[in-house]
Amino acid sequence: MVEPVAIRHLTVIALVSIGCFFLAVGTIGLLRFPNVYNRMHATSKPTTLGTATIFLAGFVRFGPGGAGLTSLVGIVFLFLTVPTGAHMIARAAQKVGVPFLGSVTWPTTDRSEADADDTSPGREGDSETSP
Amino acid sequence: MSEQLAATVIDGALILISGLCLLCGYRVIRGPTVPDRVVGLDAIATNVIAIAVLFALKTGRGLFVTASIVLAIIGFLSTVTVAKYVTEGDIITRGER
Repeated sequence: MVEPVAIRHLTVIALVSIGCFFLAVGTIGLLRFPNVYNRMHATSKPTTLGTATIFLAGFVRFGPGGAGLTSLVGIVFLFLTVPTGAHMIARAAQKVGVPFLGSVTWPTTDRSEADADDTSPGREGDSETSP
Repeated sequence: MSEQLAATVIDGALILISGLCLLCGYRVIRGPTVPDRVVGLDAIATNVIAIAVLFALKTGRGLFVTASIVLAIIGFLSTVTVAKYVTEGDIITRGER
């Protein structure tokens, strides 16, 4: 028979391990991907998931009152803000003129086509050699 | 027994995430364009949030979870600010473009 305290500790161990795995995956993607947009994809999604999992470990550790509730608020805040920040960086990168890989184009709708055309998306940045 | 195992795992996670912050610093220094550096700094900010939560787990003080939320707010604001600065050359604009 396993005690409840042991179950709590084992849950914390599992959640922290999963979170560390996702954070490591995000950092490896940040280092290995060839383009700003791909790196942003690598950092925003797994890093959010990893940090949310560690926040969940905090909720398990501290219980449903006080700091545990703050952990849940942190998860909600993270899921709101990280995609917003990544979206703004992506738009800024396109405005600055970071080139896309291969046949990738900027998704233009009819409304924003004129807006996207007067910027020059093909300006030569000092792009790194892709692995 | 499980408590000691949890303490060991949390210590190892702290060391691992500190190393990940250093690896993100490589991208911040080497990154060919400015948005690369912003993405790297954003990743570092998220890793520091995780470090704050892990420190709260290690010491048992729930106050550090609140500190991690403050770090999340600061990271988000800095990301948005740098993105706007790179795009428009100014941070607070009136919207006439």
